Amino acid sequence: MTVLSEAWARNWQSGDMRRRVVRRHAADRRLQAYGIGAIAMAIGLLCVLLISLIVTGASAFVQSKVKLDVFIDPEVVATDNLDRANYRSLVRKAFRELIPGEIDRSAERALFDMLSSGAALAVREAVRGDPSLIGKTIEITVPLADPIDQFHKGVIPRDVPEQQRRVSDEQIGWYDQLVSEGHISTPFNWDLFFASDSRFPELAGLAGALVGSFYALLVCFLISFPVGIAAALYLEEFAPKNRWTDLIEVNINNLAAVPSIVFGLLGLAVFLNYFGLPRSAPLVGGMVLSLMTLPTIIIAARAALKAVPPSIREAALGVGASKHQVIMHHVLPLAMPGILTGTIIGLAQALGETAPLLMIGMNAFITAPPGGITEPATALPTQIFIWADSPERGFVAKTSAAILVLIGFLVVMNTIAVVLRQRLERRW
Amino acid sequence: MLTITVAILCLICLIGYLSARRRLTRLVAATGTTSHSLPGYHGSFVALWIGVPSLALILLWLLLQGPVIDQLLIASLPERLVAERDPAQVDLLLSEIRSIARGQVFGEPEPAVAQAAERYTSWQAIAGWAMVAAVAALALAALSLTYARIDPEFRARNGVERLLTWLMILCAGLAIVTTLGIIVSLLFEASRFFARVPLSEFLFGLNWEPQIPLREDQVAGLGAFGAVPVFVGTLLVAAIAMAVAVPIGLFSAIYLAEYSGPRFRGTVKPILEILAGIPTVVYGFFAVLTVAPALRQFGAAVGLDVAPNSALAAGAVMGIMIVPFVSSLSDDAITAVPRALRDGAYALGATKAETITQVLLPAALPGIVGGVLLATSRAIGETMIVVMAAGLIATLTLNPFESVTTVTVQIVTLLIGDTEFDNPKTLAAFALGLVLFVVTLCLNVVALRIVQKYRQKYD
Repeated sequence: MTVLSEAWARNWQSGDMRRRVVRRHAADRRLQAYGIGAIAMAIGLLCVLLISLIVTGASAFVQSKVKLDVFIDPEVVATDNLDRANYRSLVRKAFRELIPGEIDRSAERALFDMLSSGAALAVREAVRGDPSLIGKTIEITVPLADPIDQFHKGVIPRDVPEQQRRVSDEQIGWYDQLVSEGHISTPFNWDLFFASDSRFPELAGLAGALVGSFYALLVCFLISFPVGIAAALYLEEFAPKNRWTDLIEVNINNLAAVPSIVFGLLGLAVFLNYFGLPRSAPLVGGMVLSLMTLPTIIIAARAALKAVPPSIREAALGVGASKHQVIMHHVLPLAMPGILTGTIIGLAQALGETAPLLMIGMNAFITAPPGGITEPATALPTQIFIWADSPERGFVAKTSAAILVLIGFLVVMNTIAVVLRQRLERRW
Repeated sequence: MLTITVAILCLICLIGYLSARRRLTRLVAATGTTSHSLPGYHGSFVALWIGVPSLALILLWLLLQGPVIDQLLIASLPERLVAERDPAQVDLLLSEIRSIARGQVFGEPEPAVAQAAERYTSWQAIAGWAMVAAVAALALAALSLTYARIDPEFRARNGVERLLTWLMILCAGLAIVTTLGIIVSLLFEASRFFARVPLSEFLFGLNWEPQIPLREDQVAGLGAFGAVPVFVGTLLVAAIAMAVAVPIGLFSAIYLAEYSGPRFRGTVKPILEILAGIPTVVYGFFAVLTVAPALRQFGAAVGLDVAPNSALAAGAVMGIMIVPFVSSLSDDAITAVPRALRDGAYALGATKAETITQVLLPAALPGIVGGVLLATSRAIGETMIVVMAAGLIATLTLNPFESVTTVTVQIVTLLIGDTEFDNPKTLAAFALGLVLFVVTLCLNVVALRIVQKYRQKYD
């Protein structure tokens, strides 16, 4: 009581007390400012991350190419050696003609270094597609080599000393000449999506990784979707409350928090080493990913099943359906939108998962898309990892571009999940 | 071969389904009674009893075919090829035989090996056809057995439902099987490691140099498997991550829970969640591309020597990734504090800040601590960021500007590329994996325990 009466007696209008109130309010505003600062920092870092990826990755969506008039010399290319003919000499000859004047052999080599090794392949594809081109001159745009490509995009600045860049002053001279004559263009780089991995950044694309990720996610879906639904149905609808059920539930919750690399170790030790399944295969990748996705799907499916009101079950039971019929005919269809949403979110997580795929060898250098789920392949995130480790300058932009593609897929999947939830999920 | 088997199986299932339905409808028409179950259930009963055991047989066959043929091959090889080799060399011989059988012949194989390759090819073919025959026989046997039971009186629906229930139990049990698989495989490989390297050296040794030379016969003197520098590096990176994530996460949670209006909260929360949805390989690249060079420049400007792959860069980026975990778990904990405590504090004249720091935070502390522990376990188990941004060499240091290595980095570097399962280098990765699994499991269990205990207090 003494405390209270003291407070009562206190003069709240005195300078001391006013200052105290001001101080207390200042503390309040300070805490609020810390909160805003923390949120601003988190969002700011997210923006820095996205912007730095967009800035470095944007240039990989276009590719510098040079327009050549290639004469398909019948002496070099004949119908019986379409695959093995020396297309490189044809391309080089055509490229040489763009730069008039005498140059010595080493300078000529520097000149040809400006062309990508994919140039000859492009001519070969054209001739293979239409053998009647032999003996004619075709106009074709072929990719430039990585250093010139980077120079053209401004990644390699002009003003650094010659020793510190991979483009010589001589090459810049030719390049300027080609630009002023309008031979160089930068069309959209379709190869980014339709070519496979390559040692040369200007030729490398994501086709193999996209197909590999697709197969791995397909396997993951085929395993984890039915198994997840079955497990959720059992735990939610049938399981008696006993120690076994508790054990299963504890296990599922713990598996959701196990580091992903441990699943990779499991895949390596059990699937590859013990069962002898093929290394680097999307089959094994999908199996490992499905073990990781299962807890997510089971938890989401249980929540969706729980949300179906008991009145539905009781009505169905009332007209004589068996417990299985109630669940299969009524509860499961009503819970399906929620289950699908959870599944898509689980698959989106699986799409971005890298560490377990590294463990089972899905980071190999593979230059063709896999033909099936047992053939060696890479996946989108492991391809990003491979490119991020590559020393060539052009791979920095490629890596960022690949990340943007991956994030694009994640955004699409999550948007589908959100739309599904809003459109189809019923509120009871 | 597999496609043929599955196709035959599907065909037999379909025949079983349709014929069972027909038989039932005919029996019903003939006897003039009504059947206990709908015709579809009779069909499904037959199809399920054909399909499920046969699929199980196919899986079992595929799993066992490889090892069995390998054993037969080893047994069939001449004595002198096998006798003096240890298991690893026998494995090498087997893979040579396999690659010859695939047609990839390098140099002149020994005649005995070439013959073995031929035997391998023919056994593969025999095994394939044997699988087709065995599966077809099993399916047909199941068809005839179940077909005979079709009768209007027969309770097909109950049979189908019982089988489905068992399938569901099997699927739910997969979670236990996975956990067991993780524990058994890690324990098994780790025990092989500890047979070569003493546990005490692994846990307390100060020197980690797992890149052992090529000679296989010396185990004792080679390499150093003292994992303390690796553990210290892991804890250092995780501590940096938490030092970034806890303040940002906690303050934003406080603001979102207590100060912001519903609209602000509704927009900012999903944006923060994006941070958790970005794949970790992206963060790793971000650390290498942007954060590490920036830190280096900053260090040079203030006269600090920052390593290119410093613990600080990896830890800071990992911290950004973890912010949403801390913030959403703390947010849950703060909003779960009963309204009455808040109102009581306001009634005494406390400002919002005083209510938060002196009433809400102490009450929410168990939940917040639980969230922080969960986030720590995630930081310790996080792989890609550190693989890309942290170092490979284990230095025993607490200096955040130096390069350290972590458990997950070591696991990845030890196991990337072709792996031989019998040298300590590879097995060390499993020992590290076991430590990682045990530590994260303990953290998770403790965290969940704390959170649950706290929840019970107010319910």
